[in-house]
Amino acid sequence: MSARPAQLPHWIEIGVLPILNVLLALIVAGLILWTIGANPFEAIVFLVKGAFGSGYAWGYTLYYATSFIFTGLAVAVAFHAGLFNIGGEGQAVIGGLGAGVVALAFDHILPAPILVPLAILASCVFGAAWAIVPAYLQAYRGSHIVITTIMFNFLAASLMVYLLVDVFRDAGQMSTQSRTFTEAATLPEIAAVFGWFGIKIPSTPLNLSIVWALICCALVTVFIWRSRLGYEIRATGLSPRAAIYAGIKPAHVTLIAMAISGALAGCVGVNEILGVQHRLLLEFVAGAGFTGIAVALMGRNHPFGIILASILFGALYQGGAELAFEIPTVTREMIITIQGLIILFSGALAYMNRPWVERIYLWLAAPRAGEVPSHG
Amino acid sequence: MPPVPTGPDQAIETAAASDPVNSGQMPPPAIELIGINKRFGAVQANRDVSLRIEKGRIHGIIGENGAGKSTLMSIVYGFYEADSGAIEIGGKPVTIRSSADAIAAGIGMMHQHFMLVDSFTVLENVMLGAEGGALLKEGAGKARAELMRLAQEFGLSVDPDARVGDLPVGDQQRVEILKALFRHCAILILDEPTGVLTPQETDQLFRILRALTARGVTVLLITHKLKEVLAITDHVTVMRAGQVVADRRTADTNANDLAELMVGRKVRLELEKSIANPQAAELTVEHLSLVDDRGVKRLNDLNFSLQAGEIVGIAGVSGNGQSELLEVLAGIRAPSSGSLRIGAATISATQPGDPATMRQLGLAHVPEDRHRLGLVTGFPAWESAALGYQRDADLGGRFLLNRAAMTARCESMMQDFDVRPPQPQLGSSKFSGGNQQKLILAREMACQPRILIVGQPTRGVDIGAIEFIHREIVTLRDRGVAILLVSVELDEILALADRILVMNQGRIVGEIAGDQADERQLGLMMTGSADQQAVAS
Amino acid sequence: MDDVVISTLAATLRMATPLIFCAMAGLFSERSGVIDIGLEGKMLAGAFAAATVAAETGSPMLALFAAVIVAILLSLVHGFACITHRGDQVVSGVAVNITAAGLTVVLGHAWYGRGGNTPDLAPEKRFMPVSLPGADALRDVPIIGPIYANIISGHSILTYAAVTLVPLVWFVLYRTRFGLRLRAVGEAPAVVDTAGISVVRLRYSAVMLAGLLCGVAGAFLSISQNAAFQKEMTAGRGFIALAAMIFGKWRPWPAFFACLLFGFLDAIAIRLQGVSVPGIGHVPVPLIQALPYIFTVVLLAGFIGKAIAPKAIGLPYIKER
Repeated sequence: MSARPAQLPHWIEIGVLPILNVLLALIVAGLILWTIGANPFEAIVFLVKGAFGSGYAWGYTLYYATSFIFTGLAVAVAFHAGLFNIGGEGQAVIGGLGAGVVALAFDHILPAPILVPLAILASCVFGAAWAIVPAYLQAYRGSHIVITTIMFNFLAASLMVYLLVDVFRDAGQMSTQSRTFTEAATLPEIAAVFGWFGIKIPSTPLNLSIVWALICCALVTVFIWRSRLGYEIRATGLSPRAAIYAGIKPAHVTLIAMAISGALAGCVGVNEILGVQHRLLLEFVAGAGFTGIAVALMGRNHPFGIILASILFGALYQGGAELAFEIPTVTREMIITIQGLIILFSGALAYMNRPWVERIYLWLAAPRAGEVPSHG
Repeated sequence: MPPVPTGPDQAIETAAASDPVNSGQMPPPAIELIGINKRFGAVQANRDVSLRIEKGRIHGIIGENGAGKSTLMSIVYGFYEADSGAIEIGGKPVTIRSSADAIAAGIGMMHQHFMLVDSFTVLENVMLGAEGGALLKEGAGKARAELMRLAQEFGLSVDPDARVGDLPVGDQQRVEILKALFRHCAILILDEPTGVLTPQETDQLFRILRALTARGVTVLLITHKLKEVLAITDHVTVMRAGQVVADRRTADTNANDLAELMVGRKVRLELEKSIANPQAAELTVEHLSLVDDRGVKRLNDLNFSLQAGEIVGIAGVSGNGQSELLEVLAGIRAPSSGSLRIGAATISATQPGDPATMRQLGLAHVPEDRHRLGLVTGFPAWESAALGYQRDADLGGRFLLNRAAMTARCESMMQDFDVRPPQPQLGSSKFSGGNQQKLILAREMACQPRILIVGQPTRGVDIGAIEFIHREIVTLRDRGVAILLVSVELDEILALADRILVMNQGRIVGEIAGDQADERQLGLMMTGSADQQAVAS
Repeated sequence: MDDVVISTLAATLRMATPLIFCAMAGLFSERSGVIDIGLEGKMLAGAFAAATVAAETGSPMLALFAAVIVAILLSLVHGFACITHRGDQVVSGVAVNITAAGLTVVLGHAWYGRGGNTPDLAPEKRFMPVSLPGADALRDVPIIGPIYANIISGHSILTYAAVTLVPLVWFVLYRTRFGLRLRAVGEAPAVVDTAGISVVRLRYSAVMLAGLLCGVAGAFLSISQNAAFQKEMTAGRGFIALAAMIFGKWRPWPAFFACLLFGFLDAIAIRLQGVSVPGIGHVPVPLIQALPYIFTVVLLAGFIGKAIAPKAIGLPYIKER
């Protein structure tokens, strides 16, 4: 009770503090680069050029960002309900499975305008189903959602290996992947879409999924901040007792929030399976589920922040590849490291900087506001 | 390292030699507090508190909730540090920064919520922090023998190998006492020790305390129960609003005197109020009981009804079941047995209600804890103003809420109830207590309830807002709403209630008409020291 | 067929070794009230440190020491976030895992340029299998001989350390002052605080012990079971260990048996890879590998007994009242 935080203005809370945390993460990353003999400033130049230096670079950056938007939104929606969904990775795998199953089943039967929405829906439903089981276990059986979602990540991976080795593997193939879908089960590349209008841009994996991702951002914004259910989700996340007082059932909120979270994570399958790979395969999620945690923490669980953070991470992924090419001592895993550091500083240590920022602010603001910093 | 003025063993020896009653030359007091001040934000929890407690006595500290007793004892036990002031033990100044310091200085404390590890055995609990060596084996034998010895000496037999979580509450308390004795404490602080005990267990506790003082241990008993203070203490200090208001020898005082000192001679709030005109019963409570997770009976066979157009006040020291009553009525908790009827609906253990249905039945609830229940502090005011009514048809469509409608409703509430500043966009946590409360009251009254249950409506609210809130409650009554008011402020109950029910230990121990009640009488009833016969009207 | 059984059982012990170290690590941390999903990351960092130091110095003991130090440093980061700054323990654990996964490869690649792998280690730079006394002499004794010589004997010294560790952890937890306080702080930190014991110091000790054991687990992987560090070589073992610890209901012996069970499943999965078992046919190996997770979820859901976590787990201690 004595440690009640002082009131800091909005721009410090959502501007200065988060940026400070990310900067700290980047400074530590710079130190690591310096340790292995790379020049951090040079690295930044290569990174930025690699990520934004050409239309081609932009395409890749945004393609990566698309998946991160989905997983970032997934983590954020759960966070708003006071839940930590570490299972984005597994939900994304199963979401991709859903898209793949529908595509493989119907790509010779249905035309694209029907099949693609159906496959997207399947991604959502499969992802949601994979999240609802841990949600149910938390809401009604009291098992901790963090542990169960971790377990479900591994279960998803095992299931996928089993299915691709024993069920979906293309008969004549040795590699663990399905046959390639027909054109009817694919989302067009953005380059192709621009091509319809006679605009030529470089061909990249960036596909129409990004439009769906942006639509999801809008939908999540409306849902969380405008809808009755969103109101109940936020009330539960912010103050579970007040929610009960208001007649909200926390168990329902847990189920609904996790279902939506899982559906969003499942959409990674839309981007990867329908948009890029056009077949079922292993490891197409490639850690996007975990990147979503960093994205949500950095973006403060708001879709707008998530878009910005996703682009930053997209840029790191794309620029990181370029960086690894230009400075051979640096590998792409530097990006994973930065991701970990951002989770550390923006998440676990989010309040580390608050006390001194608060002191500086109060010191600066004191003569104007006539307030005395109170330390109780 | 804090100085240890009196070794524990030494304390026990010397005390027997000194005559406790005013001997010619005053021996140093067991513990003396000098000018203790402690502030939490805007609240001055302790103001210049000085206390002197003689060795080998039972010293009572009595006061209403929030009088600062617990804060003071937390300071003595090193949980908080005082902003200013000094502590002396046996005449020598000590510095107590942590519980470790307090223990080293010979202070033991029995907390209101037992400080026991439920999954541990009695022996493990007793040894924790005083293990007597890196290996448990080294100390366990000795500890077991010492437990046996203490058990015999004080009649405190507990099975050392029993799991504490399996023990009844009274036995758990024995373990707490054994913990303190095991550490040879010379000063034992007990914070509301009898709240969860049966009368028999209480008697036994008192016998133990007397036995302890006979061996030179000094006992500080913090309580709000007058009867206990009179029964067991040698000396009593009365606290009110963070200050010491009286310091008496128990023999020189009586219940009336203490009750008056405790509640203070407050000016009765003047409130223009017509005579109530009660109509048909809106809410009927029959044989309502609630047993909590620990098996303690929080509500015990309550029977009453609430009529349209009257205010029924529930008086009582907090912790006697009022909060639980509010929760059961609001549908937050289901009763263990008995029922409540609202209109045609019946709520019972088998047909529990929930807050949403209770609202639909026309019951509005202003909760006691406005920060944790009444508002979502992370919401702006316009969102908090819809809490509980987020499904109202007026506030939006099928799926979406209408921000404009919500803001408009909040604005009109702010205007009607004079909430300042009248800014719906401002964060709920940024309003003062009084304005938060006005907003909650406005919200709960806005939906035209037939029943309003109100908990501590003016706790932490400034005087101006108190008047305003009181007037609104009376206006609502005059419009025919049935109102149940729970408050620990006797003034408030006396000013508002048409009928007063007094609760003690989960029971209704008396009923009295509002215009016939007086503070002292209520005080006696609340503290369980009034004669039952005289109370029933 | 006997050979198959014996080699599977021997593999079980090998596979269980890192699980045992990590499960005991998790046990210390979580019994003190600090969730530790960073076992994986600490083990990985330890494996990398061990392989690097072994490659540079040639001394497996120094390598082990380095693994322990690095893993303890990571656990201090976890402690700094969760204990000192009361950050979210799960978020912090995720951060440790991801940072370790990235950093080991970054450093490995920068130093050795083999895509994150470290150089292959000669046997003298590793902890090699040791023959227990009398193993050769007893080999031909029926029943006991093969069991002793081929299952019990012939493991790395670290495997024997793991098995010895379990009674030791049990002893520390239930028979020492430290253990009593550790168990108490995970159940009711306020009780510990009012008994005059520092909650912060206890919890730091616990997470550092966890780091130490994860470091040993990592060293086992990279300089005993394998002869080098490979990218992501822990491959989820930290989480299996976490599952084993939960499956063992936060108690040393049951956790140990869960580790053996999960190690056995691992050994079987390897054995059955691409094998057709008579009567059953082709065995879906990934599903066997998934069994530890399934068991744990089922246990957590309360369908086989109840896994009751330490009461104060996940809650930063804030002094109140």
